This record gives sequence, structure tokens and C-alpha cells, in this order.
Amino acid sequence: MLLISCPWCGPRDETEYHYGGQAHVPYPKNPAELTDEEWAAYVFYRDNPKGPFAERWMHGTGCRRWFNVLRDTVSYEVLAAYRLDEPRPDIAQAGGNP
Amino acid sequence: MTATPLPEHPDFLWRTPEPRSSYDVVIVGAGGHGLATAYYLARNHGITNVAVLEKGWLAGGNMARNTTIIRSNYLWDESAAIYEHALGLWERLPEELDYDFLFSQRGVLNLAHTLQDVREGVRRVNANRLNGVDAQWLEPDEVAKVCPILNVSPRTRYPVLGATFQPRAGIAKHDHVAWALARRADELGVDLIQGCEVTGFLKDGDRVVGVETSRGRILAGRVGLAAAGHSSVLAERAGVRLPVQSHPLQALVSELHEPVHPTVVMSNHVHVYVSQAHKGELVMGAGVDAYNGYGQRGSFHVIERQMAAAVELFPVFARAHVLRTWGGIVDVTPDASPIIGTTPVENLYVNCGWGTGGFKATPAAGWTFAHTIATGEPHPLNAPFALERFTTGALIDEHGAAAVAH
Repeated sequence: MLLISCPWCGPRDETEYHYGGQAHVPYPKNPAELTDEEWAAYVFYRDNPKGPFAERWMHGTGCRRWFNVLRDTVSYEVLAAYRLDEPRPDIAQAGGNP
Repeated sequence: MTATPLPEHPDFLWRTPEPRSSYDVVIVGAGGHGLATAYYLARNHGITNVAVLEKGWLAGGNMARNTTIIRSNYLWDESAAIYEHALGLWERLPEELDYDFLFSQRGVLNLAHTLQDVREGVRRVNANRLNGVDAQWLEPDEVAKVCPILNVSPRTRYPVLGATFQPRAGIAKHDHVAWALARRADELGVDLIQGCEVTGFLKDGDRVVGVETSRGRILAGRVGLAAAGHSSVLAERAGVRLPVQSHPLQALVSELHEPVHPTVVMSNHVHVYVSQAHKGELVMGAGVDAYNGYGQRGSFHVIERQMAAAVELFPVFARAHVLRTWGGIVDVTPDASPIIGTTPVENLYVNCGWGTGGFKATPAAGWTFAHTIATGEPHPLNAPFALERFTTGALIDEHGAAAVAH
């Protein structure tokens, strides 16, 4: 089981959280101008890296707030947890997507 | 007294050739789907100058890590057609391949525990029947007749309110399936090359012309990807983005027991599925871990919940011991249906996104993928499962019938 540090509540077991997939996926700036391909990319396509991955988690049984986690998808090591208004930490590690 | 010596260990069922410098078709991934594709390329299309490349060993990935359940009781027409085609092939494959892989049509129960489950189940039974798939709705007392060890008491936390039943569904011995396909493909001239990882693709403009591997460069007229959990990693190296996410899915077996479990029982709601292998192990699966992962292991709490559900449904399992747990990496699409077809790169084809249910589809995946690779066009059965559906919106939403939460 993963041990994840909620930025507000501190370290808690994985079972307290809800997973939300890839982080840093902005809503399209001009939605009315998007092609079908661009909509498909926004709605259905996400990164799936083997290595560090920035993803969203929500502390469901705690503060119920969303935050971001940088986690290695091979070792499952949690490399960082940070608030939505903070940038992705620059952790140098081989592999994965930027 | 001299004992009769044991027979010599049989030769391997296939050759282990050195990779040649070029092939008409290269298949990446020697799991069930890759092997079935190679077999049908040779058998149905006469294309035998084929290599199946495997980074590990033959059928050592998800093919060695699944719960061996075979059924075709999917909701939508497109899914019923392809899974029922698979079931029809399963029924004749042991004879065709001359290999007994213990295909046992002992039936599958999909339990309902809520009013919504009941409605969904009855709807699915009706949809199945309209598509020629054998399906029945059973009330709790009828469920107990099919599976006497199942607790259908109304006093459990999530009582069994009924079940769908597909009598022609069942299980097969997964390793033997792979070996049977491998032996026949090999006999037909296909090179099965293990320990050969594809590290990149050779391209001429927008056309793929070969692969870079850990054992050198191999030219190919056409390349088919059948790499399950690693499909997106592989496709990315060819410049193709796939709408799949890789998740760990784990399962477990108990120690051996006398035959107690006559069918296959699945429950979406309390989330466990269980059958008994021929040798006697109880084989159990649960849902995927929510997070993306490539680690081939899953979270303990998933097993804990699955065991709690199993013991409530099957009080007779309470004292069974877990012998072994394992995890596979499944590639999950947004609509829980596979992707089989062409890609934006010419001569590069993809078979992926089977998520948690690829084993049951093995023959049909091979049949349709071979057709697509041989002709460059989709087979009518896999045409709806093209990558384009995520742009057109013609999704095939099988989250309910997929039977595993993901």
C-alpha cells in the first residue's frame, strides 16, 4: 500500500485517497475552436509513462482536497506531493515524461 | 527390480531460431494474442514468413498471470460479436491444434447484489439472447442449484438477488493454450524469438519498415503490436499515441482442494471472481489498482477486500490458505473496449486495450488482427474497435460487462 503525504493532513495510507489520473492537463483555452482530433486528445488521451508521473489524488477521508503527487510508475515510490498552485517539483530522475 | 525409466523430457514444442534480417510480418509480443495472430496469419492467410518477438519468454506476461475465464456475455452488439466469435473458436481449437488445453465449459454466474445489478443483469441477458449468446437470468434459489457452495442467504451484507448465467462459458489452461498455438505456428514456419526486446522502429517517412531490437535490426513489411500493458510505451517509440492507461491487476490461488466449486462465479459489486482449477486451486481475481503502474504487483488492500467478499459468498473458503499472488499490467481504454486496427503510421498495426479481459478473446483477437495485418483492412468484427472511435465518439462502453472495476 502506498504512503502518500497530503499537503494539509500529512502522511496517510493509500486507502484514504481517491486517484484522479494525470495532473497538469489544462482545459482548452479556446474550446469553440477545437477540432474533433483536439477534443479527443483532451478528453481521452493521457500520458502513460514508465517512470515518474505527475498525477492527481484527493484526500477522500480527510480534508477532501485535491493535490498532485509525483510518483514512479515502476517502483511506485512517491517522489513528491504538492499543492495544485505549486509547480511540478524538478526531480532529476531517468525515464518518464517531462 | 528395475523400475521402468521415466521418458525423456520432451523436446521443446517449438524451434528457437536466430532472428533473420527481414520478415514479411513482425509481431511484437509472444503472449496469447501475438501467438494467435501468427497462427492465423499462417493458417488463414498463408503468410508464414513471420517472426514473433518477445522481450521475455513466451507467454510469460499477462498470459501467465490471468484467471483463465472465458465468456462472451457482453452487452453491446460489437462486443458480443467478437467475444462470441472467440468462444466459437475456443470450442474447436483443442481439436484443431491437437492439444488438450483443458477447456471446460462449466458456466459463468455474474451475481447481482443490488436492484441496479438486477436490472443491468436482466438487460444484459436479453441483449445476449438477441445476439445469439446463450444467457439466462437465475433467481437466488436457481443460483444455489448451479453453485451449492454459494451463500445465497438474505442475511449477508450484500445478498445475492440473482445472477446471469452463461452455460457455455468456462475456463482453460492458459499455459497450454499458448504452447498449443506456439507449436502450430512454429510448424507452419513462424519464427518465435524470445529474449528479443523491441527498442525502436525503423521508418521511411510515415511508413514503418522494421524494428530495432536488443538482438539487432530486423526489417519487416508490416509490424503488429500485441504487447498488452506495454502497448503505449512501444507505440510511443513509433510516434503513435494511444488512449490507454496501464494498471496493475492482481490475482491469487489457494492451496489445492478437492473439487468443491462447479462453475465460475463473478461479482462486480462485492468484487471477486473465482473458479477452481482442474488441479484443485481456487483461482481468484479482483479489481485493478486505481493508479497507473508497471510494477507487476498490486496493493494488499485489494486482496484484503477480495478475500472478505469471497469468504462471505463462500463460507467454505474460510480456512483455505493463499498459496501465491501475482500481478499483471493491463492496458485500459476509456470505454473498456479494445483497440484493434491500423495506426497513423503506415504498415503499423495495433492490438491493445483489452484491459482486464484479454484472455477470453485470444482466438478472436488473433483472427481479426491477422486479417487486418494481412489485408491492411479491418475484419467486420474488429472494424468498430478502431482507434478512430475516440475521435468520432462511437465508443463501445463495456464498463459494466467488463466485470472488473476499472
